Amino acid sequence: MHKVLLVIQREYLARVKKKSFLIATLLTPLIFPAIMAVFVWIAVEEKENQSLRVIEVVDETGLFFMESSEQYAFSSSGKSLEEAKALVTKEERYGVLYLPKMELSAPQGIQFYGLENPSTALIGYLEGALKRKIEDQRLYAKGIDPNVLKEIRTEVKVQSLTLGEAGEEKITDATVNYALGFLSGILIYLFIFIYGNQIMQGVIEEKSTRIVEILVSSLRPFQLMMGKIVGIGAVGLTQFLIWVFLVSTLSTVVMGVLGMQMPQQQAMEMANPELMGASPQPSELGDILQVINGIDFVSLVLAFVFYFLGGYLLYGALFAAVGAAVDAPSDAQQFMFPITIPLLVGYMGLFVFVLQDPSSNISFWLSIIPLTSPIAMMGRISYGVPFWELGLSMGLLVLGFFGTTWLAAKIYRIGILMHGTKPSYKVLWKWLRSSN
Amino acid sequence: MLEIHKLNKAYGSHKALTDLDLVVPDGGIFGLLGPNGAGKTTLIRIINQIIEQDSGEVLMDGQPLSGESIRKIGYLPEERGLYKKMGVWDQLIYFSRIKGLTSLEAKQRVQQWLEKFEISSWKNKKIEDLSKGMAQKIQFIATVIHEPRLLILDEPFSGFDPVNAAVLKNEILELKKAGTTILLSTHRMESVELLCDQVAMIHKSKKIMDGSIREIKSRFRPLEIRVSLDQINQELPPTWQVESREDGRVELLLPLNGQSPNELLQELMAFGQVISFQERFPSMEEIFIQQVNASTHA
Repeated sequence: MHKVLLVIQREYLARVKKKSFLIATLLTPLIFPAIMAVFVWIAVEEKENQSLRVIEVVDETGLFFMESSEQYAFSSSGKSLEEAKALVTKEERYGVLYLPKMELSAPQGIQFYGLENPSTALIGYLEGALKRKIEDQRLYAKGIDPNVLKEIRTEVKVQSLTLGEAGEEKITDATVNYALGFLSGILIYLFIFIYGNQIMQGVIEEKSTRIVEILVSSLRPFQLMMGKIVGIGAVGLTQFLIWVFLVSTLSTVVMGVLGMQMPQQQAMEMANPELMGASPQPSELGDILQVINGIDFVSLVLAFVFYFLGGYLLYGALFAAVGAAVDAPSDAQQFMFPITIPLLVGYMGLFVFVLQDPSSNISFWLSIIPLTSPIAMMGRISYGVPFWELGLSMGLLVLGFFGTTWLAAKIYRIGILMHGTKPSYKVLWKWLRSSN
Repeated sequence: MLEIHKLNKAYGSHKALTDLDLVVPDGGIFGLLGPNGAGKTTLIRIINQIIEQDSGEVLMDGQPLSGESIRKIGYLPEERGLYKKMGVWDQLIYFSRIKGLTSLEAKQRVQQWLEKFEISSWKNKKIEDLSKGMAQKIQFIATVIHEPRLLILDEPFSGFDPVNAAVLKNEILELKKAGTTILLSTHRMESVELLCDQVAMIHKSKKIMDGSIREIKSRFRPLEIRVSLDQINQELPPTWQVESREDGRVELLLPLNGQSPNELLQELMAFGQVISFQERFPSMEEIFIQQVNASTHA
């Protein structure tokens, strides 16, 4: 038994000591915040540097008064369409909004002229503003006072809450759940691929250098295979735990900095949730923070670790078998299909079905079948999954792991000693069926 | 050291070993000869417990092979390799520990061997940074680090340059002197003729001959005499095979056709001065080919 530990130790240290491991482990958690920071910075810069764009309004109805915004100013100087167009070509105006005479019940023929393609944001803004204006006009025509109208307009936001078994309420947010499911699903997918490939490369190295023949005289092939899988899995787990640590430290720091910059009221709300409940309109940031606080991160991380390990072990054995069957990494391609296809199904399923509707039938099956469950279940878990489903899924994953390991061991045992022949699926089948 | 009885191994319909009997005595160098595909590697893998035989038994020191036997065996596979990205020291420690040495023993012995080969400065170098010859030294250390009583070398000289081959040969002889039994497998029979004390020949899964080299050669004694004749005073019989003729000196290779060497010598003396008269032993390869032909015609 202690020899398996030696193998695990070697596999672990050989990888953790590498510079590339250190770099990937330390830099990855910084990459996402860094990318986000760059986007935020660009957006802020843009807003600050944007010059006011003046749009000439040619209004033949005489009904519209466009209010200027931070970005767009509207001038209505009663010019004709041709004169206005000339201003645009002389670059004195950004564009022309042309409002022909029209039936307000069926507005038609509204046009925007510009030197460049207008952004969808601008068109959206114009459409929204005109729609409101036309509606106001029509309501006014029916005898409703614009002032009454203003009074009636109300802002509505639906806060979603889930009820626990004891009746405790928790604020949830579909976006946050989506993001969590999305992130953890992708992480597991990537982990399985990256570390599975490492298993395969490792097995091929040992096979092609004949190291395996020296090792296998001291250990059972099964022990060697499991030692490798466990050792590399431990590397992945180490990396993940370091990430969790780094991300939580980083976000605490970032929150702290943000907290200092926030207006006092918000900061107070955040510091004191009771106050926040009392406040009629909690701030959006505070809301998200409360949602994040409401998520049971401990069980989320535990589930992640379980599905990560389960999925990794299940696929790891298959990767080891492929490595044992071939002589060189370039030959491995032909046997990768049975591994890649279910992984891809899980990955695509996560986006197409699970995240769209976590409780649909297909989401259920994707998260139960062991080959796809490690990825698919992570998409559902932050939305809440019934215990029996979780139990079934986990149980099947463990069974699936035993199944693939049993299959893989049979191929591995024979494959690692075979050289010079390019095995086909037929040959693998023969290896699977041979008893000794 | 090793006793092998009625060993059989088949891969599907292909027989790799058929009723193989073999005794490898304690000490000395035992050559396992045969062409590629004869079954040598299969036999070695069974002795190393990498694979299991279908039937028959292998006894080591009178006991069936067990986990304990592994500590007594050192194995250098035909194609060699080490973990390329791993340092020399870590690598040697790892293989020693896998062979069952304690952490302390492993450190002491690795240190000793590095000093012996004067390569302590390589300690932290990765294998991929070493030359081929250097890596082969490391591999040799990894093979013998646990002081095996039986050393199994599969085609040990293939891939070695002459200098390193000589180093290896010396190490093998030194280990032999220290009492290690060495099982040397090769298909290049001429390379081991001078090294081996005993050999077994394997062909198409079967042993076709074994014994000490001297014994085997004497079994094939009735062969030829190499003769040098000088000052020839009469025409030689046309049936005699002349190998070379130079300044009146003639080299001949003569079969002993039922004659004793003395009778042949007397006959020769009539033709001139006999400068040298030496029996020519067949090479192991010739004996092997002869045996293979005999067994396939039988």
